[in-house]
Order: sequence, then structure tokens, then C-alpha cells
Amino acid sequence: MAVAEQHPPAAPEIPEPHQSFWRSLLNVRSSAGVRRTARVPWIPIVIISVIVIMAVFAPLLAPYSPIDQTLRDKLLPPAWMEGGKDRYLLGTDQFGRDILSRLIYGARVSLLVALLALTAGGGVGLVIGVVSGYVGGKVDAVLMRLVDAAFTFPAILFALLLAVTMGQGIGTLVIAISLLLWAGFARVIRGEVLALRQRDFVQLARVRGCSSLRIMATHIVPNVLNTFMVLVTLNIGVVIIAEASLSFLGAGIPPPTPTWGLMISEGRGRIAEAWWVALIPGIAITLLVLSVNLFGDWLRDRLDPRLRQL
Amino acid sequence: MKRFIARRLIQGVVLLFMVATIVFFLGRLTGNPVDLMLPEDATAEDRAALVKTLGLDEPLLDQFVIFVGKAAQGDLGQSIRMKQPAAEAFFNRLPNTLVLIPWALLLGMALGIPLGVLAALNRGGLLDRFAGTVAVLGVAMPSFWLGVLLIFVFSVELGWLPSSRMGGPEHYVLPVITLGTFLVAGFMRITRSAMLEVMESEFVKLARIKGLSETTVIWKHCLRNALIPVLTLWGVFVGNLITGAIVTETVFAWPGIGRLTYEAVIYRDYPLLQAVIILKSILILTINLGVDILYAYVDPRIRLT
Amino acid sequence: MSDSAETILDVRDLHTHFFLRRGVVKAVDGVSFTLRKGEVLGLVGESGCGKSLTALSVMRLLPKGAARTVQGEIVLDGENILKRTPSQMREIRGRKISMVLQDPQTSLNPVFTIGDQLREALVRRAPAKLKEIIKQAVAALRRVDIAAPEQRIGQYPHQMSGGMKQRVVGAIAISGEPEVLIADEPTTALDVTIQLQYLKLLKRLQRENGMAILFITHDFGVVARMCDRVAVMYAGRIVECGPVKQIFEAPSHPYTRALIASVPKMTGTRGRLTAIDGQPPSLMNLPAGCRFASRCAHVEPRCLEAYPGTTQIGADHTADCWKIGSI
Repeated sequence: MAVAEQHPPAAPEIPEPHQSFWRSLLNVRSSAGVRRTARVPWIPIVIISVIVIMAVFAPLLAPYSPIDQTLRDKLLPPAWMEGGKDRYLLGTDQFGRDILSRLIYGARVSLLVALLALTAGGGVGLVIGVVSGYVGGKVDAVLMRLVDAAFTFPAILFALLLAVTMGQGIGTLVIAISLLLWAGFARVIRGEVLALRQRDFVQLARVRGCSSLRIMATHIVPNVLNTFMVLVTLNIGVVIIAEASLSFLGAGIPPPTPTWGLMISEGRGRIAEAWWVALIPGIAITLLVLSVNLFGDWLRDRLDPRLRQL
Repeated sequence: MKRFIARRLIQGVVLLFMVATIVFFLGRLTGNPVDLMLPEDATAEDRAALVKTLGLDEPLLDQFVIFVGKAAQGDLGQSIRMKQPAAEAFFNRLPNTLVLIPWALLLGMALGIPLGVLAALNRGGLLDRFAGTVAVLGVAMPSFWLGVLLIFVFSVELGWLPSSRMGGPEHYVLPVITLGTFLVAGFMRITRSAMLEVMESEFVKLARIKGLSETTVIWKHCLRNALIPVLTLWGVFVGNLITGAIVTETVFAWPGIGRLTYEAVIYRDYPLLQAVIILKSILILTINLGVDILYAYVDPRIRLT
Repeated sequence: MSDSAETILDVRDLHTHFFLRRGVVKAVDGVSFTLRKGEVLGLVGESGCGKSLTALSVMRLLPKGAARTVQGEIVLDGENILKRTPSQMREIRGRKISMVLQDPQTSLNPVFTIGDQLREALVRRAPAKLKEIIKQAVAALRRVDIAAPEQRIGQYPHQMSGGMKQRVVGAIAISGEPEVLIADEPTTALDVTIQLQYLKLLKRLQRENGMAILFITHDFGVVARMCDRVAVMYAGRIVECGPVKQIFEAPSHPYTRALIASVPKMTGTRGRLTAIDGQPPSLMNLPAGCRFASRCAHVEPRCLEAYPGTTQIGADHTADCWKIGSI
């Protein structure tokens, strides 16, 4: 005998709720618009852009070769310090290589590895998450057990193992870092898919007799794309740090190819005489990771605020 | 509870078996294992002896059975560089890492949890923003670089603290900060979001209705609940610490299992590396099990079912 | 209840608003009512009309940062409690005024035993030795009809049923022997059979303690069973208030009529409830005139122009409508 709680009559389900990634990004009033809409993080965007441009146009921008040694110019401090030369803006390392040039080329490695590893690891995670969430049952149970196992086991140990057995190189690095990523993607995406599966438009597609594969491809995947993009952005920093750590440990891309992690590793022994060799690349890593993380936070608030817990 | 522990133990054994399988087959299938297992200047007799002891001329599956059988008995092979059993090298170094980890964990919690609580109480305020900055920076700095930076500032420039090796308490400061910074950020983030969620809950309202003081409401009723999600991350964090110890111990020349891992990698001491990986897996699984039991203790809903 | 009964709680022109980026949500916008010693006053309305927020305003437990009481007085036992500092407010919470929340599943802290949670309230009332307090806790549980209270005291909330939890919440709420108890839909989350038991329990406790209850509900059936008087709330205001019997027999406000008409008759022959057409106005953008005008069958121009004042209908019966007597 309750007073009828007044609810609006159930509105007919809007056919397909997903918005394209870019559309919801540009939309002033996205679903996140109700919450505090954070300001566009311009400074991180500028920093990211600068580093991306550096990486893409490295041969044009770098003043010197990143590899050629000029031993009579070794361990020169940055230009603004006493004893520094204007030719070497950020100084030189123990082989007389220009730090700025190595930094610029190093950005290539960091970003290339990030791109490849996120595509591979994120892609595998996306597929596993969608299949696990949509198919459910035993498949889901087995896949999620695997995800749990991957979470328990530190991927960096596998990365080291791969570097020793398969030899160092970009392929090894990408595989190793993908192993670090896929489980996180799979778990979050699975959660999204579980919710999506119950939605009317998916049920409707089922009733219409669409095949599972088709539903996953045309109805599920487009709707988890926003989440996927947020996860990708939030993981760029993880990948960059992982790559740098592996290079630092001598399990990354072998010298003399300049990478930021390797530069720190090579410079740390001479920290007392030449701090710039080790510290400058670290500043670059921190700035880049900080920027992508701030950008990722903003993107998440914009596209998928429910992921806030991550 | 007993069944829960039993189940986790079985899961752990399965996982270990998976690790052993991967380690074994990666070692055998990606090149000549003899090259991996022996120093580069090994003689033909050395090679023949190794083929014999490892049974490398037998079928792969038989080799695997031998490998697992030996591993189960604690024989994980001979370190090339140290010329001693790999497991022995690991256990000699283990205590040096285990003395670091609690301190790092303590630093992470002692700073991270209160900071998280205060940030949640002060949501959107100055303190919250400060804590947010700490969190973002703590995650963005690669810890090996932080270690180098700390050495530069506190050892080279100021001369206050030693930069490497084990020794008196002053030797612990920089490695512990290096290891713990990531955790401060981690604990802060989790505590903050858990607190924000708990503070909205009805039982907190009831605690206030009872007229309890704000101190009791926040630090007893809220925090005790917020600690549950914090605790679940303990396992992850300790896992992070054990892997984080690889770079930290490398930077500070700290003779623990992290440094041992690094040595195994740069000297290509494959038997040592495979032993280190298997033993570290056991360590991490044990810690995770411990955390699960602790978790059950803190959350009565789990303890009593 | 006679007219001469002493007033224990007097809420005057209460305004509690949510301050959001999008604008101000006037969830409670000029609510006045009085609660007399020992009576049960029902506060009825649709969800979202501001009844729970009224209760939280009175307890002064509004969600921090988001909602604020901007105007009005809350006079408890002759004193405007809005003037109290937070710590002074804590002194009377649980002792002079207390509250039972809607959802028993989440009202108790999952990580403490119910004994612990009861003890916290009892210790505040009168500090005593642990043994003594435990005795009191057992007695408090017995009072709310919990069997084997000695065992229950060491249990955690998840080990109890919803009805039992709600009785524990009741025990905690009244442990300080408050003069005013606010019950915010305390039975909504319970099974129907348990609901009746709980209402009976509340009624008995009320008689034993002589406390006044502000009973918030959306269920007119519960009102008929529990309350002496009833106040009907719509879009942040009380539109009609009077003795239950009068309101049921002769509702004056068109909204009250519609609500009562939507209660299924006891004979049970009617299949459907008559729902009220339309939507309540947005609390962010309230109309200048009567808030019910957009859904009212008797609407005329002046209803849209200005809010009707409160009209005295009977000795103890008021309504906010321009057309009292003419419809």
C-alpha cells in the first residue's frame, strides 16, 4: 500500500549509446560534464608534443650524432655552467657524446617501445577482456585465473629472463613489457563488458540473431573503446618507466643506441664529477611521465570517470 | 578459513609450476642451453660434463622432469660466476633484502596513510592538492633515478649520508627512501579514495548520530574500514618492493637479492637467474598468502565464512 | 494528542540547499512543523521531495561541503540548535535527539561487533566499568526483542538478518534515551512481515520512553498505523499538515488527495494505483507560484503567480492552497 513512487516512464532505449572517442572528448558536456570538469591540461600537452616532435624529427633536430664519440670533449658541463661550451647545450658524457642529441634520440626509443608495447599488450588485454566478459562461464573463469596469476607474478622478472635468453633488442623489450600490461587491461575491460552485456541493445542484437563474434565486434568493442583509450593513456607512464628500468639494468636495447635509462646507468658512476650525465635524462623521464599521467587523469575524468579508482 | 588457505596453497603450487615451466623452456628453446649455462671460455670437457649432468642429450620432456624433480629437492643448479649452488647464493643474500623491506613498507604507510586520510578530509583543499602532487610525482620518478638523485644531493653535495653498501643505520636511509617513495604515493592514493567512499556510508552517519567525537568517527570507524582495500594492496606492494629492490640495490650496491638478480643479468649467469626467479616467486606467493590471512583477520566478513 | 501538549521540536522556515556547480538545488525550501512531546508525526512525500534532507538538517549531519542550511530555526526543547557549535551539537546527538536510518544493511559498521557499537553509545551516556556496560548492552538488545542477546553481542553485523540489524540500529539510536527520534523510512528495506514487527516495536519503545518520533515515510499505510499527525511534503515544502484522521477523511490539498487516492483500497478490488500525472518541478528552478500547479487539476492563474500562504482549516489542520474550500 505504498504511495506510488513517481518514476519517469522508462524511456525507450537510445539505439546505441556509444560516442566516438574524439566526439566525447570534444563534447563540452560529456557524461563527465556534471562532475567538476577539470581544465584542459595545457602544460602537459605542450610537454608531450615537444617530446613527440623531438622523437619524430630526431635526425633534423639533434645537433650531433648520438653515437659518435669526441673524446677530447668528454664530460663537459652544460653550456650555462663554468667550463661548459655553447656547442653542447646540456654538456657531454664520458665519451664526449652530446647529451642533448642523445636525449632527443632517446625519446624515439621510449615512445616507440611505448607505442608497440601498448598496442600489443593492450590489444591482447582488450581481446581477452571482451571474450572473457562476453562469453563468460568456464572461459571466463580460466582467463581470469590467468589474469590473477599475472598480477601475482612480477613481470619484470620475466622481462629480465627474456633479455638473457632471447637476447636484448626492441622485440624482446616489447614482448616483456606487453606481459606487464595485458592483465590490467583484461580485468578492467571485462568488467565493462559484463555491464554492457546486460544492456538492451546487446540483448536486441542477440534476439535479432547476430553471431557472438559480430556482437562483440560491432556492439561491445566500440563501447569499450573509451575505457581502452583511458587505460592506454594511463599506462604510457608505466611503460616508459619499465623501459627505462630495463635499460638501466642492462636488459633493454643494447648500447650504443641511446636510451634514457641507459644514459642514467652510464652516468651514475660519475655522479660526483658530472651530475648532468645521469640527472638530465631522469628529468626528461619524470617530465614525460608526469605529463602523460596528468593528461591521462584528465582524459579519464572526461571519458570514463568510473575508472577513478585506478 | 582452512579451506581458503588450502585453496590458495594449491593455486600457489600451480603458479610455481607455471613459472618453472617457463623458465625451463625459455632456457632450452631459445638457443643452446650449454652456452647459457657455462661461461664463454668453457672447455670441451666442461661442456660434455654439463650435457651429462643436465641430461641434455635426453628428450626434452625427460629433462624437464629431472629439472622439476631436482628443483623440488632444492637443487636449482650451480651459479656460473659464484661457483656455488644458486639457491645458496640466494639465501645468503636474502636477509639483506629482508631488512630493507619492512622499513620501506613502514615509511610508505607512516606517511601515505595519514596523508591519504588528511587529503580525504580536506577534499579539494590545499592539503589535498599537496598530497595529489606527492602522489603524481612519486609515481612519475623512476626509482633508480631518484636513488641517483639522492646520492648526488645527500652523499656528494652535502656529504651527510653514505652512498653505497651496507653498514650502520645511516646506510639504510637513502635506500629506504628510494624504495619507499613509490609506496607513499600508492598508500596515499588508495587511502584517500577508500576514505572518501567510507565517509559517505550510512554507518558513519550512525556513528555521528550516536554523538561520537569526530576523531573517533574518522580514525576508528572510517579508517578501520578504509584499511581493508589498503591491505589488499599489501601483497601487490610487497611484490613491487621485491622487484623494486632490483634497481634500488643496484644503485646503492646493496648486497641483497635484488643486486643478485642484476648480477645474474649482466654476467649472463643463467642458472643463477632461473634460481632467483623461482625463489622470488615462492617468496612473493608466501607473502601474498600471508596478506590474505591478515586480510581475513581484519575483515570479519571473510574471517567467519 | 491534545492541542495543549508541549512542543519539543519546532522547525521554522527551514531552508537547506545543495550548492553544485550547475546551480543551487533548493531541496528544503521553507519547511515548518512542530513535534510535540510524546507524539508521532509522519512526514510523507515522494522520494526526492526533501524529507530525508529535512531530517539530516535537524540532526545537523548534512553532507559536508555540498549541502548547507541557509535559513530558518530548529528549536529543540526551547533552544535553537543551529546556533550550537559542532562539538556542542555532538553533546546532544544520541541523548536528546537521535535517528534511525533507512538501510539496516549499511547502517552498522561491518568491522566491529554489535556489542562494540552499542557500547560506544552507552559509554557516552554514563561512563561505567566494562562489565556494567556489557550488562547494559545486553539489556538494550533484549529491549528490542533480540533473542539470546548475550551471544549476539559478540557477533558482527553480517551474521544477522536485516530485521535484526534494524532492531540493533534502533537499540543504538535510543540507548541515550533521546526525547526526539527521527525514523527515516526505517522499514522500507525490510520484508513485509518484518516491517509490521518493527513498527510495533517502535510504537512500544515510544510509549515506554515517552519520546517523540518524526516518522519519515512514503507509505500512507504506515502513517495510518503509526502516526498521530501527518505532514505532507512536496518539492521542498510542507503543503498540508494535520491529524491523521482528518487528513485521511478530508484531505484539503489537491496533492494530498492524489496521494491518498493512489493508496489501494482495503477491499483490494482495484487493480491499479492512480498515479499522479507529470513530474515535480526541478528543485533547481522552482516556479514562482504553487509548486504543484503543473500537475494540479484545479489550477487557475493565481496558482501560477504566487505561492499560496498557509491556510488554517481546522484547529490543528493547515494547508498551502489558494482554493481551500472551493474544490
